[in-house]
Amino acid sequence: MDFLTLIQILDTTVRLATPLLFACLAGLYSERAGIFDIGLEGKMLAAAFFSAAFAAITGSVWLGLLAGMGASLFLSAVHGLASITFRGNQLISGVAINFLAAGLTVLIAQDWFQQGGRTPSLAGAARFNEIDLPFQSALADVPYLGPIYSELISGHSILVYVAFLTVPLTWYILFRTRFGLRLRAVGENPAAVDTAGVNVIWLRFVAVGICGVLCGLAGAYLATGLQAGFVKDMSSGRGFIALAALIFAKWRPWYALFACLLFGFFQALSFRPDVVKAVLQFEIPGQLMDALPYILTVVILAGFVGKAIPPRAGGEPYVKER
Amino acid sequence: MDVMPKWADAILIPILSILISFFLSGLVILYLGMNPFEALKLMVTGALGSTYGWGYTLYYTTNFIFTGLCAAIAFHARLFNIGGEGQATFGGLGVALVCLAVPWPHWTLALPAAMLGGALFGAAWAIIPAWLQAKRGSHIVITTIMFNYIVAALMVFLLVEVLKPEGSMDPATRRFGDGVALPKFSDIFGLFAIEFSDAAPANISFFIAILACYLFWLLVWRTKLGYELRAYGHSESAAAYAGISPTKMIIVAMMISGGLAGMMGINSVMATDRLVLNSVEGAGFIGLAVALMGRSHPVGIFLAALLFGFLYQGGGELALWASIPRELIILIQGLVILFTGALDNLVRMPLEKLFLLLRKPRSEEV
Repeated sequence: MDFLTLIQILDTTVRLATPLLFACLAGLYSERAGIFDIGLEGKMLAAAFFSAAFAAITGSVWLGLLAGMGASLFLSAVHGLASITFRGNQLISGVAINFLAAGLTVLIAQDWFQQGGRTPSLAGAARFNEIDLPFQSALADVPYLGPIYSELISGHSILVYVAFLTVPLTWYILFRTRFGLRLRAVGENPAAVDTAGVNVIWLRFVAVGICGVLCGLAGAYLATGLQAGFVKDMSSGRGFIALAALIFAKWRPWYALFACLLFGFFQALSFRPDVVKAVLQFEIPGQLMDALPYILTVVILAGFVGKAIPPRAGGEPYVKER
Repeated sequence: MDVMPKWADAILIPILSILISFFLSGLVILYLGMNPFEALKLMVTGALGSTYGWGYTLYYTTNFIFTGLCAAIAFHARLFNIGGEGQATFGGLGVALVCLAVPWPHWTLALPAAMLGGALFGAAWAIIPAWLQAKRGSHIVITTIMFNYIVAALMVFLLVEVLKPEGSMDPATRRFGDGVALPKFSDIFGLFAIEFSDAAPANISFFIAILACYLFWLLVWRTKLGYELRAYGHSESAAAYAGISPTKMIIVAMMISGGLAGMMGINSVMATDRLVLNSVEGAGFIGLAVALMGRSHPVGIFLAALLFGFLYQGGGELALWASIPRELIILIQGLVILFTGALDNLVRMPLEKLFLLLRKPRSEEV
């Protein structure tokens, strides 16, 4: 495998890791606040559809992004209502949200566009186009560093950079601000936070809201950045891979970055079976590459490689004592 | 805290929740430009208006009974088995392997063997997550989700690389042959000289599903194991104090759960006469809705499975005759899970208040 092939694969890795990263960080906020969210997949899907649909109708990808976030936030609100206000089962609520999104997106897509559950192809200002960082063509000829800069770092859509910047931002918010401390505390011991006079319900709703915004970004990137339009079930399990990455990362932002890059790398490799074969000298079934993130997560969960300990109060509705 | 009579908890709340979900589905249909009552009429005609429709409705019902029971037995042990889909997929593989292994002379021999194969494979796919939950504390919801995806990848590999006959393009096994053809409803009802469409796939496994419901009831409410499962589901610490091993309960509950999901294969796989990709078609997830709606009781599950069988077949007819895609059923499924499962308290809280109000005057008289 030559250097340029490696750069190409890493470039694909970055693209494929971006939606995972958004969704993974989304889950991070929610789960750190004690709200399990297996509805990441559904929120991403809804955001993907509404962003593509509004981008197609208005011609502006930014309006599309807003619509996508709006749809994702709406589902977040449903999740919050079910699991915070009405103290329902968070897992069941997440499952329900996945189905709501899977059903509604196709129904509405068919009603609006009559193209068999997809949106029209997006082009121009209706998409997040690749942006070239300064000097990328001037530096392209520099050996090694040139391709790394011009192929790998430059030439992604703006959401990719936003995703990578969200990682330090999330770290700062969670571990260096008062809000972050409270958010983490509410996922470990909500009663203590309540005793300190902080509104548990409000805090959890904020966390679920942030989760909605980030899932919105993930979905919008899928439909208007990575691809040019929405197709049925286009999130194809990415929400669950993100969930797997979150566990793999033990609910920490920087680890989440590496977990998402790793899982993105597997996805990128499954597009290049020829390279995998050339490097390993034997063939690996593509399906094994597809399943690898899930297998790794099970191994991590099993505690054979480090132990993943979830936030202590995760999954339990908070009942104020009366 | 029994504020409400039992019937309200078991019947009134689910019915109200379902009505809310249907009301919202109706609004969606209205938005899509169709009169919801006309849509309902179309669905009823399509699913219940002919023996052909009934044949499909009951075929789907059979699948949903198995997956519903699969989710329900786990609910009794307070385990959330979201892996019914994967267990049914793997169970389907077991059924297919049994059917392919021997040139079966008659279905009476093939069926018990296939049931065993399906149940064993389904249970095998559930036992690893169960063991990991019991011994390593890995959250069973996450592991079973992961196992759904792993088995999906595995099936693609097996059907494309291993089980596909030479020269075939479809990712599917070869046909099982007449030796494993189960008697269809047309054959069974034919014995009593009742006409039944022979194009519909409903077959004898429907009665096996009903038998499974009865055995489920026996197991959960009439055996020591069932008592232990329910005790464990109510309180792990109390059960452990009473000498019930949590490890055993988790593993047994999940194995029964996976086995029930795997048994679905006798209906879905054997009726297709070969194993195809995605033979489960989401029935594993519908099982969750069915179990929630049926309050994890076999009678409730049977009725809920029938309702979903109707929705599934009716939804297909709707997609055929009106411009409403099949995905409507996924939406309805989501709404039912949301309102009967997660938003249960939305209905329960006001009802409890209502019952308290009704009860107060009487307690003052005493």
